[in-house]
Amino acid sequence: MEPIIIMRGVDKWYGQFHVLKNINLDVQPKERIVICGPSGSGKSTLIRCINRLEEHQKGQIVVDGVELTNDLKHIEQIRREVGMVFQHFNLFPHMTVLENLALAPIWVRKMPKAEAEERAMFYLRRVRIEEQARKYPGQLSGGQQQRVAIARSLCMSPKIMLFDEPTSALDPEMIKEVLDVMIELAREGMTMIVVTHEMGFAKSVADRVIFMDQGQIVEQNAPHEFFNNPKSDRTKLFLSQILGH
Amino acid sequence: MAVSDTATENAALGPPPATTGFLGWMRRNLFSNVWNALLTILSAYLLYLVIPPAVSWLFLDATWSEATPQTCRAAEGACWAFVREKHRVILFGRYPYFEHWRPLLGIGVLMTMVLVSCFRRFWRPWIGLVWVGGLGAFFVLMWGGDIPVTYRTVAVIGAAAAAIVALARASGGMRSLLLWIAALFGVLAVGFGAILRVLDAILKALFGIEDVLIGAAGIWFEIPTGLTFVPTSLWGGLPLTLLLSILGITVAFPLAILLALGRRSKMPLIRTFCIGYIELIRGVPLISLLFVGSFLLPLFLPRGVEISDLLRAQVAIIGFSAAYLAEVIRGGLQAIPRGQFEAADALGLGYWQKMARIVLPQAITLVIPPIVNTFIGLFKDTSLVSIVSLTDLLLATKDMAIGDVNWRAFYAEGYTFIALIYFVFCFFMSQYSQHLERSFETGRRKRR
Repeated sequence: MEPIIIMRGVDKWYGQFHVLKNINLDVQPKERIVICGPSGSGKSTLIRCINRLEEHQKGQIVVDGVELTNDLKHIEQIRREVGMVFQHFNLFPHMTVLENLALAPIWVRKMPKAEAEERAMFYLRRVRIEEQARKYPGQLSGGQQQRVAIARSLCMSPKIMLFDEPTSALDPEMIKEVLDVMIELAREGMTMIVVTHEMGFAKSVADRVIFMDQGQIVEQNAPHEFFNNPKSDRTKLFLSQILGH
Repeated sequence: MAVSDTATENAALGPPPATTGFLGWMRRNLFSNVWNALLTILSAYLLYLVIPPAVSWLFLDATWSEATPQTCRAAEGACWAFVREKHRVILFGRYPYFEHWRPLLGIGVLMTMVLVSCFRRFWRPWIGLVWVGGLGAFFVLMWGGDIPVTYRTVAVIGAAAAAIVALARASGGMRSLLLWIAALFGVLAVGFGAILRVLDAILKALFGIEDVLIGAAGIWFEIPTGLTFVPTSLWGGLPLTLLLSILGITVAFPLAILLALGRRSKMPLIRTFCIGYIELIRGVPLISLLFVGSFLLPLFLPRGVEISDLLRAQVAIIGFSAAYLAEVIRGGLQAIPRGQFEAADALGLGYWQKMARIVLPQAITLVIPPIVNTFIGLFKDTSLVSIVSLTDLLLATKDMAIGDVNWRAFYAEGYTFIALIYFVFCFFMSQYSQHLERSFETGRRKRR
């Protein structure tokens, strides 16, 4: 099958700092990928390049058959098909939960308002939060906000979902409710790329785990192999630090 | 004996100091320590010096009934008979005396339009119709005479209609089409005459034919109103002040938003233009802009093109306020976290959708206090148009009411009266802004 995301020799610099070094990555439809690695290794930058929140300077990125260039039409076309969930949720605080969800379907997909709200309620039920529809994001807990953020992305019926450390800003007791929603999504066959430190999630749902360090993909493997039989020393060191206690 | 001893002891202690009631409140707030007590006494003394004379001048010794300047001069207090005698010229300036009902009705129309717009539940596209209708009625009332219908009338009505219909529709490609039509009409309204003139010049150069097209830029036909014609040079007083400020605010605000966005744009040409405009306009006083508008601009205009003093002053006020407001709004834009922009981008919203739906609503709510500050400043700055001889509220009072030799002595009463008028409007704006802030805050106190 044709890969849904193709990255070929992608490089990126922040000023003098070389954040991404020669990244090559193919993602198959319905594949679930977890990216881990120490902070500053370029994991977030990598997924943010996929929907052009960051611009790559060398190499080629093709998403769903469309190449990412400076062409705004291509960028908007790709963003419609790629959902993203952020560490800090980034819900729109001046709108109710329902308005947050219905916004993009109405204005980007040009859907009639009633239909968009129906769809919003459908996804709110799926993330088990429909009773909060009329509230403002500021009135919800962190876990609830992140589930709303996931539902907001799903409302656009994306082909790919990107998660940028979705549980890092949450209190421990709320992490599970968000992971449960993500696991459900993975079971339904969504193409997912997840940057996370939740190794339990990686073990249970990932098809492939990618380890990054200093802007490079150091190692990638199926989770079982990755955790039990890491090849590089850097991976071993990282795993011992993260799983050691 | 022992019994009476305890009795005297208790009496010497006295009652416990009051902590409740009026005395308690005084003790806590006015006399809590030596400094507070001193300040309280000093303030009380100052109030004693100011208030009684003010009250007797304003009310007790004032002349209220119909009186002549002579009886007024004999009285100790304020001469309100002066305001009673002159209120019509103060409020309406040079506007013909027997037509004063027209500006009065005009004020009513403008105020109704503004008050209706104050309710958030009326913030719907149809409010645009109220404004087009209200302003149209105001100008027809004030001008009177035969209303000339030109390409400009048609283009302005076309632009307004297309824009309102476009905004009233929820979504769809129809919407952008209508907005384009509105923009086209807008350009025509401003530039049609100039375009025809250029085409005429080309025709003249090529074929030697003179002025064939410019006729289309003239008056097409006239609608009689049955009212006497009153040129803008005779408009004055409160209607003029209100018109300058209301139009100033409603036109400067969207302009300011565009300037603020432009200043943050990634496109160098747009950014440089916006920075240049803002810095240039902020760098000069409004008075100098009014002078440039009235005395310099006519020198540069082609012969035959005439712009009324009123329009020139209006444009100067709009341009000036837009530069200030732009910086206020930019302050709000800076305060919006990056994550909001990124979330909007990631959902696939375009630039204008992102700004209109996500960024600006939050940014503008944040800077309501300084925005209203600028509006209040603009309202009071309209009094500067008196230097280009527009008879606004202030100049009407100064020249026409106080200028009457018989009443020259009573300037304090005149200025007190218009100070009260200015205060009422400014106080309303300030109260309304606080109301708006509270109403936007509900439900989002716990924001990140």
